[in-house]
Amino acid sequence: MSDQRPAPRVGLFVTCLVDVFRPTVGFAAVKLLEDAGCTVEVPSAQTCCGQPAFNSGDRKTAADLARNTIAAFEGFDYVVVPSGSCGGQIKHHYKELLADDPAWAARAHHLSARTYELVSFLADVLGVTNVEARYDGTVTYHDSCSGLRELGIKEQPRRLLNSVDGLTINELPGAEVCCGFGGTFCVKYPDISNHMVEAKIADITKTGADTLLAGDMGCLLNMAGKLKREGSPIRVRHVAEVLAGVTDEAPPIGDKT
Amino acid sequence: MHPTTHAFPENARKALSDERLQKVLSTAGTGFVEKRRKAAERLPEFEALRDQGRDLKNHVLANLDTYLEAFEAKVTEQGGHVHWCRTDQEARDAILGICRKANARTVTKGKSMIAEEIGINDYLEANGLIPIETDLGEYIIQLRHEPPSHIIAPAIHLSKEDVAETFRDAHTELPRDRLLDEPKVLIAEARQVLRRKFQEAEVGITGANLMIAETGSTIIVTNEGNGDLTQILPRIHVVIATIDKVVPTLEDATLVLRLLARSATGQEASAYTTVSTGPKRPGDVDGPEEFHVVLLDNGRSALLGTEFQDVLRCIRCGACMNHCPVYGSVGGHAYGWVYPGPIGSVMQPALLGVKEAGHLPNASTFCGRCEAVCPMRIPLPKMMRHWREKEFEQGLQPATMRRGLGVWGWFARRPALYHAATRMAVKALGALGRGKGRFARLPLAEGWTRHRDMPAPEGKTFQQQWAERKGKR
Ligand code: SF4
Repeated sequence: MSDQRPAPRVGLFVTCLVDVFRPTVGFAAVKLLEDAGCTVEVPSAQTCCGQPAFNSGDRKTAADLARNTIAAFEGFDYVVVPSGSCGGQIKHHYKELLADDPAWAARAHHLSARTYELVSFLADVLGVTNVEARYDGTVTYHDSCSGLRELGIKEQPRRLLNSVDGLTINELPGAEVCCGFGGTFCVKYPDISNHMVEAKIADITKTGADTLLAGDMGCLLNMAGKLKREGSPIRVRHVAEVLAGVTDEAPPIGDKT
Repeated sequence: MHPTTHAFPENARKALSDERLQKVLSTAGTGFVEKRRKAAERLPEFEALRDQGRDLKNHVLANLDTYLEAFEAKVTEQGGHVHWCRTDQEARDAILGICRKANARTVTKGKSMIAEEIGINDYLEANGLIPIETDLGEYIIQLRHEPPSHIIAPAIHLSKEDVAETFRDAHTELPRDRLLDEPKVLIAEARQVLRRKFQEAEVGITGANLMIAETGSTIIVTNEGNGDLTQILPRIHVVIATIDKVVPTLEDATLVLRLLARSATGQEASAYTTVSTGPKRPGDVDGPEEFHVVLLDNGRSALLGTEFQDVLRCIRCGACMNHCPVYGSVGGHAYGWVYPGPIGSVMQPALLGVKEAGHLPNASTFCGRCEAVCPMRIPLPKMMRHWREKEFEQGLQPATMRRGLGVWGWFARRPALYHAATRMAVKALGALGRGKGRFARLPLAEGWTRHRDMPAPEGKTFQQQWAERKGKR
């Protein structure tokens, strides 16, 4: 590289669901970041961003986990998260949680300014306009709520997907309507959640796409779980897998190994 | 109205399996969303107006006492009366007192959510008066003895067939086999029946979308014109409003009105915007002889200075429920009391207590669409989260959930143990689900697997694989 600037040091916040359910997304994120010229590290002191506690009204646990994340990611140029939901928690809600704790509030602001969701980081911060990947299929894209409304992620994934060879996008009507996941909502109010995800997969099916993509594992597990329960052949993947061109390394979410 | 908000999950289940209701909900909802979107797009300064609206209301809430007293002084100066009421009971009694003094028998009513909140119809009826709703939607649900299911479209849960049936049962003086197949015909019939009532009424009660401190006026917006007849024809006009509806000037009122109509129905302005200032003056051709404002607190002032203050900015446009996927799934009646949708999920715990209404702020995915469209930029999800905090502090959440979160939180604070635990969990799940790709049933996850499969974890955790990889490097 002729660029004299040192490679940005990126700390990857893996997220619980990627860590447990879909490590492929984590490795896809590492590949995308490295291809774009970053050095990637994964601090082992990270656990959960604390959103489940925060959204359950347990501010104390949420604040403890916020402090844990802040400490684990001090010193990186950027913190990148393959989820708009956890990304939004770190970027927006840590400041609010720790507002009354002056020492930590400053550190929360500092982390907030450096934290990005993966796809928007690639597109908006690194200026990536195309990726080296091929995917032969017609995809449709669901805008996960937090990414869309807390972080303004809308065009970025579509722009990058358009640079994938062989890929066609069929827009999803109602792409901005919640899929019904909502963290603990989906188990606390399973029937309402089901009604919402039923409507969502009906819309997905109508697009004629063979693949559903989104940027958040929670929504993906929910929609994949419903599609598979209904016997749908539609494949479900995290958008990072397609952008990184690693789709032959793992079967789609919820499909057989 | 006796709240059934504590039974929200059962109410919701009933609503979800009510095919007739589901059909109405699936067609009714989308219209409002599209109309609002187009109206907002047509007005380049719409987003800036939302900021101004928020700032205006914040200013009012910070100086509420001043503006309310100024409003009262103006009303009195013009010969009207302001009745300050702390509670719903005081408001009911104030209204009954006015009716009794006037020897009233028939009372016409324009649409008012506060009237629903204090249950004025039942109270007047129990005291021998005849309250008549004059807004078409309210009239229909009054005939059906139902509460409203939406704050601006109270009968939105009904189809035109339902309405025809209701009219056939209620208007027994008309031939039973008459044709009632079109909205036009239904509206004409309601108008014909209501005209007579307007003339019989001694008292007319309306709500107020706004109260103007500088002039002592109240404003209502309607699309049917029934509000005008309600307040002009009877001898006495009673306005019922809560303290958060005051704004300093007429100019400020126009700001709110520009936001209100667009957010509610996608109109530039409602068909009728009616300003009432005091009783009939000498030389006026019409107007009431008496003008009363029943000014209700009912728990609002207790929200000032708390984390819930912002909710008092609400102008009751209904946009939050029109855009809410939970409201769209279960409809308004499932919320069990007067205010449904996201605004209800914030207001009902304030008015009924978290014990009665605690489900509502929990029954949200925090998708944020309500906040994204609220003309007053009320952070509704954040307020629902604050109610969850209150519940957590009071130990009101289900014990299994509290214990589960407690265990999880304990591990998540200890990274080494956390990673060991997730490794083990994934290994166990992997052994269960190997080769299937997903689970149709899973212990402790019935809420999930009742309706959908659970995709199986891939094998090892990311952290485990990353550590192994680094070891090799
Ligand atoms: S909370 Fe906002 S969107 Fe909902 S009714 Fe009130 S003003 Fe309208």
